Amino acid sequence: MSTPIIFNTLHFDQPWTLENYLKVGGYKALRKVLAEKMLPEAIIAEVKASGLRGRGGAGFPTGLKWSFMPRNYQGDKYLVCNSDEGEPGTCKDRDILRYNPHMLIEGMAIAAYTMSVKTGYNYIHGEIFEAYERMEAACEEARKAGYLGQNILGSDFEFDLHNHLGYGAYVCGEETALLESIEGKKGQPRFKPPFPATFGLYGKPTTINNTETFASIPYIINNGGQQFADLGVPNSGGIKLFSVSGHVNNPGNFEVPMGTPFKTLLEMAGGVRGGNKLKAVIPGGSSMPVLPGEIMMDLNMDFDSIQKAGSYLGTGAIIVMDETTCMVKALERLSYFYFEESCGQCTPCREGTGWLYRIVHRIEHGEGRPEDLDLLLDLCNNIAGRTICALGDAAAWPVQGFLKHYRKEFEYHIEHKRCLV
Amino acid sequence: MINIEIDGKRIETENGTTVIEAAHKAGISIPHFCYHKKLSIAANCRMCLVQVEKAPKPLPACATPVTEGMKVFTASEQAVKAQKGVMEFLLVNHPLDCPICDQGGECMLQDMSVGYGGGASRYHEEKRTVLSKDIGPLVSAEEMSRCINCTRCVRFGAEIAGQMEMGQAFRGEHAEIMTFVSGTVNSELSGNMIDLCPVGALTSKPFRYKARSWELSRRRSISAHDSLGTSLAVQTKNNHVLRVLPIENEDINECWLSDKDRFAYEGLNSAERLTKPMIKQDGKWQEVEWQVALEYAANGLRHIANGAGAEQIGALATANSTLEELYLLQKLMRGIGSDNVDFRLRQSDFSADDKQQGTPWLGMPIADISRLDSVLIVGSFLRKDHPLLAARIRQAVKKGAQANIIHSVDDDLLMKVANKTIVAPDALVAALSQVAQALDAEKNGKAQTASAGAVAIAKSLSCGGCVAVLLGNFAQQHPQAAQLQALAQQIAALSNGKFGFIGEAANSVGGYLAHATPGTKGLNAASMLATPRKAYVLLNVEAELDTANPQQAIAAMQSADLVIAMSAYKHHATSYADVLLPIAPFTETSGTFVSTEGRVQSFKGAVKPLGEARPAWKVLRVLGNLLKISGFDQDTSEAVRDEALKGVDVAAKLSNTISAIDTNAVSAAGGLQRVSDVPIYATDAVVRRSAPLQATVDAATPQAWLHSEELKKLGVQVGATVKVSQGQGSVSIAAAADDKLPRGVVRVAAGHAATAALGAMFGTITVERA
Ligand SMILES: Cc1cc2nc3c(=O)[nH]c(=O)nc-3n(C[C@H](O)[C@H](O)[C@H](O)COP(=O)(O)O)c2cc1C
Ligand code: SF4
Ligand code: SF4
Ligand code: FES
Repeated sequence: MSTPIIFNTLHFDQPWTLENYLKVGGYKALRKVLAEKMLPEAIIAEVKASGLRGRGGAGFPTGLKWSFMPRNYQGDKYLVCNSDEGEPGTCKDRDILRYNPHMLIEGMAIAAYTMSVKTGYNYIHGEIFEAYERMEAACEEARKAGYLGQNILGSDFEFDLHNHLGYGAYVCGEETALLESIEGKKGQPRFKPPFPATFGLYGKPTTINNTETFASIPYIINNGGQQFADLGVPNSGGIKLFSVSGHVNNPGNFEVPMGTPFKTLLEMAGGVRGGNKLKAVIPGGSSMPVLPGEIMMDLNMDFDSIQKAGSYLGTGAIIVMDETTCMVKALERLSYFYFEESCGQCTPCREGTGWLYRIVHRIEHGEGRPEDLDLLLDLCNNIAGRTICALGDAAAWPVQGFLKHYRKEFEYHIEHKRCLV
Repeated sequence: MINIEIDGKRIETENGTTVIEAAHKAGISIPHFCYHKKLSIAANCRMCLVQVEKAPKPLPACATPVTEGMKVFTASEQAVKAQKGVMEFLLVNHPLDCPICDQGGECMLQDMSVGYGGGASRYHEEKRTVLSKDIGPLVSAEEMSRCINCTRCVRFGAEIAGQMEMGQAFRGEHAEIMTFVSGTVNSELSGNMIDLCPVGALTSKPFRYKARSWELSRRRSISAHDSLGTSLAVQTKNNHVLRVLPIENEDINECWLSDKDRFAYEGLNSAERLTKPMIKQDGKWQEVEWQVALEYAANGLRHIANGAGAEQIGALATANSTLEELYLLQKLMRGIGSDNVDFRLRQSDFSADDKQQGTPWLGMPIADISRLDSVLIVGSFLRKDHPLLAARIRQAVKKGAQANIIHSVDDDLLMKVANKTIVAPDALVAALSQVAQALDAEKNGKAQTASAGAVAIAKSLSCGGCVAVLLGNFAQQHPQAAQLQALAQQIAALSNGKFGFIGEAANSVGGYLAHATPGTKGLNAASMLATPRKAYVLLNVEAELDTANPQQAIAAMQSADLVIAMSAYKHHATSYADVLLPIAPFTETSGTFVSTEGRVQSFKGAVKPLGEARPAWKVLRVLGNLLKISGFDQDTSEAVRDEALKGVDVAAKLSNTISAIDTNAVSAAGGLQRVSDVPIYATDAVVRRSAPLQATVDAATPQAWLHSEELKKLGVQVGATVKVSQGQGSVSIAAAADDKLPRGVVRVAAGHAATAALGAMFGTITVERA
């Protein structure tokens, strides 16, 4: 395997210290940007050339997003890092915070320089207190060493970063709910437009990116966008962290180039547990449609390949299910999650997620009815695309995916009131 | 301008409007729940989903801005499928209790489900229940399972009322609308949430289970409880007023109603209603026939006029009497030969009377308040005295207007206040003249010598935009009211602005137009009581609650030989009056109010007078006849009104201009000074008897409010009972701390039985440990 880019300090005893980060060339990119007084346009051009797409789930091109920030805006602008990572299966950002916090800081500082932002927030998922403390310590180190604060590295660039511990609500990972939450309000998504670039935190222009997105920036600046892009495949530049979980022998986070075959990743994760047969895979975090194992074994892990097969790369969290998995039970668990995590603001999601869950729950408990499956699909159509934020879609897609590929199992459950497996 | 097409109809609309606004303007209806034109966009109900050409999925019409060439389909297959889908979701957890729901018949959900709901439910799971909540005496949140979480109530509180008393707690399906930590909703505008709530979740507590909406008849009427002239509908059944609702009137009340106007009607059928004429004989009250009572009254008046002289008779009316009543009252008095008539019962300084020609008024249309850039509000308990005007100013402030305050208390106005000067009542004139001085310096390039606070206000007022100086109830009741008026005039002139009075009551302008003022020959309200008369005619007056100096008023009543009280209620007058004539409150008579902006609005009675009560204009007409005064033969209240306003160009009469007046401040008296407000639910006889209003936090028993340093000086603990005295009277009330009060003052409310033994609303007052 090639040398890691994001987990480049993991070989140290204490990978998170500034000292160790500096040993692997840390803060070189920021130094370069400031020393060369790189033009924001030039940085954005590099990021665009890198093919970096948002690692938070939606895959939006990062360079393009940065170019939306108003240039000549008078007044405050904000930069926000989304470390709320709450999607089941996804646990990559947490490891960046724990093991390489300075790479995030450096990436954010470069982004702040590019968009002339002085204040940044890093919104960290509520339950990962250790990661929060690591980030706090790292920011303090960075401040002392002149990588944060005023006159960064002797220049007139000024940027400070504040870590904000959330309260563990999945919906606060949705970027506008996250902003509301930082503002001290209930974490509920805002209707868009306006988008954060025009009306963000405290109503000011704001750019929000995922932790991994920011952490990819230093490499791009050091080596040029093209080199990052070339690591991956067309339309999916660079490397990516994949969290492999479920029925594998060696679950964990794996940093590999975009376009790596799923088969390879599965091998890296030690293969399916107990030599069992692979049944199904959710390729991009629990909200993405499930794909049958046979299909997955022929797929490469990049945006286009997964999409062509009928799912999405999402956050790159791969949930592996072996032949012992009851798909009804699995869906019941997923539906329960979205039901409990809906913010309750908009009607289809508030009322629909509970309805979906209750039907699947009934089927799982032997009380299914033949008409339930069509009803489920109809409800999904009435939820997806009808809500304020994508949590509605996230609740509908798993149901649609499971029914598309495993309808027979559901029918069996309804008819025989028990599992097929 | 932007051209769009909705359902094939070409529409030209302004840039920045939303699809739903454009559709409504073109008369195309789009189903909706959370959208409300006066509230921010929440886009949470999703009922308004429509198809938009080139958009991959249906878009919410309430939140989608129009763009050039946009093609919208509100009833296409895609749109209707989306709308029906949302309707189904809304109904799954909605109880099927329409037959016992107060909202039935006027429910948006019920109406819309007829059009978009299915015949049978596909939902076979358990329905959610949401616990009921007690949020106070006015708004019922008994049936929260009906809530569709549209957050209209929440947004109303946060945006219009200015305080977010309701919120959506919990998440997802567990989301519930509730108050914070089981508090009550205390806003003086809370009833609007009932109107806004599209379902039967928030309903009127007093109206609960009283009638089905379709059984009610409705009559247009005008608010009797403040000076705005709010348009309202009085709804009745079996000759009872059962509900009062706002009628939309963008120029006045928009679509809102204050709780006072909404719930005052509950006082109309109070057990205290006077329903039969009564006279006191040998110290005992006896019910008598109208004829007997009227002759008794007429004879009494004739006797005094012929004996002690007509100038020994005084007439006092409240400013919420109708124009017709006020007109006939003064006509009667002048017919008898007395000019002693007045309706300005809480005023204490009448020195402006011979220095102004016109009728004092707001100085501008109410709607113009919304366009102000800077306003100076002097001596006003704005939120409680004029709830809807406060709401209008709040909106203006949100759009960037600056509110400046000069007052003796610093109550939270629930809006951003740019500058404020809070001083004791005897320093109010000085504070205002500082502003005038600062403006003069600002304008004429002189060196600033005024206080920093005054300079800041002056800077705000010289912004060059729309500016106004408004004098509130406190300023009008102030012992130096004329000086305040003259200074306001000066400040308005220096800032090229307007100035005006926010009228205290429904007919604060109408009283002048009706000539219910003493003119140059008669005694004004204060003088009539300071130099007691032998006889009084009272119209709607409760002497100890409606006057500037209750002690003096009661003494005057008690020393009089004859007191004729025309009243809708049996009240304290039974202790001093000789004749009680039952008259009709505004819902039981036709009449006219002239609002603070000079709008003449007539209304009809909504129900027949209770018992033997009669409209006061008719009572006065008969009295005129019995006293053989000519010109008392009007057949209708309209005839009285037309006579009163004959040849009067109301608009031309309205003027606040006052000629030069001595603006030297009076020397400050030592000791504590009284600051008094008339609490929102103590302003007139009807609201004082509305049980639900009296159960609100705003109707709490008055306390003696002092700065905590003053309390310390007195050695009094918060909550301890103190003896508060003025003149010969004293009351025992609880002490309370308000560190926003200036030093040297004690705030004690007037208009309340608990403080009615005290004297003037202004002036020295003592507080001791009880
Ligand atoms: C319900 C929901 C939860 C989300 N949670 C996260 C999250 O935990 N972390 C994250 O980076 N993005 C999350 N997102 C996506 C963000 O809204 C946003 O697209 C992302 O932070 C943008 O960053 P990127 O462009 O770098 O991916 C979530 C979106 C939704 C709808
Ligand atoms: S889709 Fe769900 S989570 Fe998103 S705003 Fe609507 S109710 Fe909230
Ligand atoms: S109580 Fe009524 S107004 Fe408030 S959110 Fe519920 S349905 Fe809407
Ligand atoms: S009316 Fe548009 S979403 Fe509610």
